[in-house]
Amino acid sequence: MTTRRAFFSPTFARRFGAGWLIAGFAFLYLPILALVIYSFNASPLPTVWGGFTLDWYRKLASDREMLAGLWLSLKIAFMTACASVLLGTLAAFSLVKYKRFSGRTLFAGMVNAPLVMPEVIVGLSLLLMLVSVQKAIGFPERGMMTIWLGHLLLGLAYATVVIQARLQDLPPQLEEAAMDLGAKPPQVFFLVTLPMIAQALASAWLLTFSLSLDDVVVSAFLSGPGATTMPLVIFSRARLGLNPSVNAVATVIIVIVSLCVTAASLWIARSERRRTEEMNAAQRANP
Amino acid sequence: MPLKQPAWWRGRSAVIGVPYLWLLAFFLAPFLIVLKFSLAEMGAVSPEPLLTMADGAVKIVMKYSNYIALAGDGLYFTAYVSSLKYAAVTTLLCLAIGYPFAYFMARAKATRQPALLMLVMLPFWTSFLLRVYAWKGLLEDGGWVAQVLVGAHLDQLLYAAGLIAAPGKLMNTPFSLVVGMTYTYLPFMILPLYANLAKLDLRLLEAAADLGATPWVAFWKVTVPLSKAGIIAGSMLVFIPCVGEFVTPELLGGPQTLMIGRVLWDEFFSNNDWPMASAVAVVLVLLIVVPLAVFNKYQAQAQERRA
Repeated sequence: MTTRRAFFSPTFARRFGAGWLIAGFAFLYLPILALVIYSFNASPLPTVWGGFTLDWYRKLASDREMLAGLWLSLKIAFMTACASVLLGTLAAFSLVKYKRFSGRTLFAGMVNAPLVMPEVIVGLSLLLMLVSVQKAIGFPERGMMTIWLGHLLLGLAYATVVIQARLQDLPPQLEEAAMDLGAKPPQVFFLVTLPMIAQALASAWLLTFSLSLDDVVVSAFLSGPGATTMPLVIFSRARLGLNPSVNAVATVIIVIVSLCVTAASLWIARSERRRTEEMNAAQRANP
Repeated sequence: MPLKQPAWWRGRSAVIGVPYLWLLAFFLAPFLIVLKFSLAEMGAVSPEPLLTMADGAVKIVMKYSNYIALAGDGLYFTAYVSSLKYAAVTTLLCLAIGYPFAYFMARAKATRQPALLMLVMLPFWTSFLLRVYAWKGLLEDGGWVAQVLVGAHLDQLLYAAGLIAAPGKLMNTPFSLVVGMTYTYLPFMILPLYANLAKLDLRLLEAAADLGATPWVAFWKVTVPLSKAGIIAGSMLVFIPCVGEFVTPELLGGPQTLMIGRVLWDEFFSNNDWPMASAVAVVLVLLIVVPLAVFNKYQAQAQERRA
């Protein structure tokens, strides 16, 4: 290796770089660590350590409002993730495979815009539309389905970006070969393309699931009586000040999400490795 | 098969058409409705209709009173300006922390990079609301970060800079707001920058060195210009949502930090004035439409380049 280090003396650069990364990660993880530690705090004062306790978890187990919110949030997140991946696959496929169709720029813009659009605007505009529709045809009532529609708008954008990146990296030869061998477009998609983008679909599903599970603003605009999601419960308590019950529910969520994400990424990394090995083997066999 | 071409055509239209129509109905149409609402006036209980039938003719009544109120009331102007200001400060801070971070990540051992990337993404997967809430505990009197900062007498410095209201009081100030927003949006800056810097051809730096450039000069003349697309993408991903941010100002901000997202929220939920909230939203969209166009352009370019 003759690559030059791009910064001053090699040792200094390495140490400075490592230091910056460690400080950055400390900044990113400190709040999470604090949440977990203070969920075991016996003192009701949020910043004073009063010894170890599991009381907050016991209270959480009988916290009807929070548990009902969690159940509703999980249902909405599941539906959002499934629908986002479905619509996101179609949108990503359109953008990658069809280079010209009328209104493509508008379509690409509408797909990307919700990634950065302030959520207050998304929530307000969708609500005003649903209210107008409801006035005209008496449907839909505000509640679970309207929250789902809002989350789907955000989820679609994120899912499309993830799946699109994957589709673009695919070598086109495999699909062309399948087409040459007489496969019809749907067959090519289900037998060749889909297995190759399965990991991207899995990560898009997880990402949109956690996005939906987390959303406050859009849910607040679109929720109706009786449809209070968990983030709305947490938010209304957090607004009033520090609340140890929030720490306990936070720890539970953090543990579950970390486990799921770690397991999923290990699975994704493994199947990716296997796929690369298979492709290399195939290339060695038929040079 | 006489219907060969049409069958293919039908498949193509369905693939494009389903997400397209969905976005037109649930993304574009709602904007037009917001625009319509913003031109109505608040009646006794509900906004007055724009279209009325009078003497057998359809009459359109558009009211600009909401916009006149927006322009006339200094509160709205202050809120817009301070939203732009806090979004800009947050973007610069994210860039200052995130650029070196992404740079060192991209230069770390290739075997370690997936793990580092995963560590950046992991907090992003855990609830954003809860992480913002956690800062409340850290910055409150007696919280970990507050203790360290006050112990190091940095609160005096922040007070002198006008970032906190009184020495030792860190919460509900411009300082706590900027810390919270920087924290929230830092991964959005790091990820596009890392994706960009990891692809940098290191031979270019070698060439620069062979031609006599010091590493510092090579960094500014080669690495930074080549990462321009990443810088722009990251900055837009931070700046645009920050302008309309609601949750962080609500939980960590205070009386000094009026942001337009909160104003819109209050107009809608507290005052129940939907037309006014719509007018606030329309002006907010106008403020971010230029950065939004820049973002879309770079996003599209990046996607075309990959293909």
